[in-house]
Amino acid sequence: MGFINVKKKEVQIKIVYYGPGRGGKTTNLDYINKKYKQRIKTEMVSIKTHGDRTLFFDFLPVDIGKIHGFDIKIQLYTVPGQVKYNATRKLVLKGVDGIVFVADLQRERRDSNIKSLEQMKENLLTHNKDAFKIPLVLQYNKIDLKDQGIPLLSVEEMEQDLNSELKVPYFVGSALTGDSVVETLKKIISMTLISFRKELQ
Amino acid sequence: MYNVSQEQLETIDVTLKEDLLSIGVHCAIVIDVAGNTIAQLDDGHCTFDVTSFAALAAGNFAAVDAMAKLVGEQQFSLHFHRGENESIHFSKVNEDILLICIFGQDVSLGFLRLKTTEVINKIKIIWQR
Ligand SMILES: Nc1nc2c(ncn2[C@@H]2O[C@H](COP(=O)(O)OP(=O)(O)O)[C@@H](O)[C@H]2O)c(=O)[nH]1
Ligand SMILES: [Mg+2]
Repeated sequence: MGFINVKKKEVQIKIVYYGPGRGGKTTNLDYINKKYKQRIKTEMVSIKTHGDRTLFFDFLPVDIGKIHGFDIKIQLYTVPGQVKYNATRKLVLKGVDGIVFVADLQRERRDSNIKSLEQMKENLLTHNKDAFKIPLVLQYNKIDLKDQGIPLLSVEEMEQDLNSELKVPYFVGSALTGDSVVETLKKIISMTLISFRKELQ
Repeated sequence: MYNVSQEQLETIDVTLKEDLLSIGVHCAIVIDVAGNTIAQLDDGHCTFDVTSFAALAAGNFAAVDAMAKLVGEQQFSLHFHRGENESIHFSKVNEDILLICIFGQDVSLGFLRLKTTEVINKIKIIWQR
């Protein structure tokens, strides 16, 4: 849940990158961390396995400056993508204000995208949140693989699979090259702030 | 999104100072279960990154809480990590907020527990306003 600190004139907002394992969530945060080095005062925190897979979460705090006199502090989290870690995914979703769902464009990952999104909806329900109401953006990731001849899903197929009911904004991009990473982040931040506009006035 | 009034935050600061820092606690932090920092007071020597600490603490607390439920406990009432120089004590204020104390060897765990219980009761009352 977003927290407004009236004393420090500060707003803390929690945004979670969700999606199937190896889809590119951590890579999104890595890119943001590099790109905004000067605005990020601390090291990115990553709790991972020896094999470099996310075990619990990655955490990256980003200050985006002032809105209506409030310092806006965005806290970015990723969930562990591996199927067996659903209990921890649920924990990371606690108090979430906005979600970026990172889907993998590779054709062979089609099922895992769909399953992950379904599970996200269920997990949100356990926190009394609704995927249809919470600020949500989809990112169709790894478009750069097209040049390597790897079979990818088309945007129409992605939309059909994931967004036919949700109808939320989506971006086609590459977390590796940074394509659309910033656009995705800006979109989710602005949607989340809009959802808080009453409190911020 | 929720907020806490300036007065509430100031009252929380006062109890952290009078009940915890006064007995030698190095740093007292109140966070919510999402990992946001609500209040933080220290003795001036705490140089670590409180934002990341709060995120990890909330995650850790949630994980231990989930483990308790798995073995059929409502919760483990005490979360405590002892280090060579610094130790960390976690306690639950209510469903939404946690109190964390970082303290050295000069503070006994028993006394700290007594004091945190008092502080928790005070914060509960402040929170209800
Ligand atoms: N080609 C390509 N590889 C990517 C992209 N995003 C992530 N990867 C790679 O996919 C693997 C998994 O990425 P990671 O960010 O750890 O996935 P996570 O499990 O969702 O956190 C890594 O080897 C990344 O380098 C992308 O946009 N393009
Ligand atoms: Mg990861």
